Amino acid sequence: MENKTNKMHLTFDAKSVNEAFARMTVMAFMTDMNPTLDELEDVKTAVSEAVTNAIIHGYEDENEQVELSCRREGEKLIVIVEDKGVGIPDVEEARQPFYTTKPEQERSGMGFAFMEAFMDEIQVVSKVGEGTRVTMTKYIARDCDQ
Amino acid sequence: MDNMAKHYTLESGTLTYQMPKEVDHHVAKEMCQELDRLIEAYGIVELVLDFSKTEFMDSSGIGVVIGRSKTMRFRSGTIMVTGVGKRVDTILRSAGLYQLLQTK
Repeated sequence: MENKTNKMHLTFDAKSVNEAFARMTVMAFMTDMNPTLDELEDVKTAVSEAVTNAIIHGYEDENEQVELSCRREGEKLIVIVEDKGVGIPDVEEARQPFYTTKPEQERSGMGFAFMEAFMDEIQVVSKVGEGTRVTMTKYIARDCDQ
Repeated sequence: MDNMAKHYTLESGTLTYQMPKEVDHHVAKEMCQELDRLIEAYGIVELVLDFSKTEFMDSSGIGVVIGRSKTMRFRSGTIMVTGVGKRVDTILRSAGLYQLLQTK
């Protein structure tokens, strides 16, 4: 069976209004993969977490940009969220549930935990002063014959 | 926030607050400020967060709930959730929030 492929790339301002835009875009991208409602919701949540992180932690300035790419390889969906912001000094620490550097903004510290819970794989590459790239993978509709 | 006039009700110490359709970081800050202002101004001892119109929530909503549960505990009050659909339930459960909350 031939694997269907597709990809898209998007750059948008690091403004919180674009969080909804980003997750709706990924949802539209993956519609062609015949996801279940749960799969759609899982990916929407994970994208929202990653994009929110990029916007509130990556940058102090909302005129900076966030990059979002999606790639389909058959039943595999890969979503990459990248910022060129401050970076994360200790990625392992940042991935701990309830870890947050912004408690005063009432951030729950559950962002990475949710990405891990709702996607099949997640990879975080970050360098202080250069930025952060989060790569998330989800296998969609494995039980379908498509 | 949409429908500014109609999204909460006040009744003898109880605030019932209609959560928005999508709860994310974009709406969370304004919502927290409004909730805190109402709780303080009306001496609220029972906060009911109504999720019946909420279709999407990410961890920003967890922050809102944890913050308000602290506020209500400080006031010796209670916090409840109502109208919780499947997705919001998944999010609340994943973060272990039901131990802080009563359900209605």
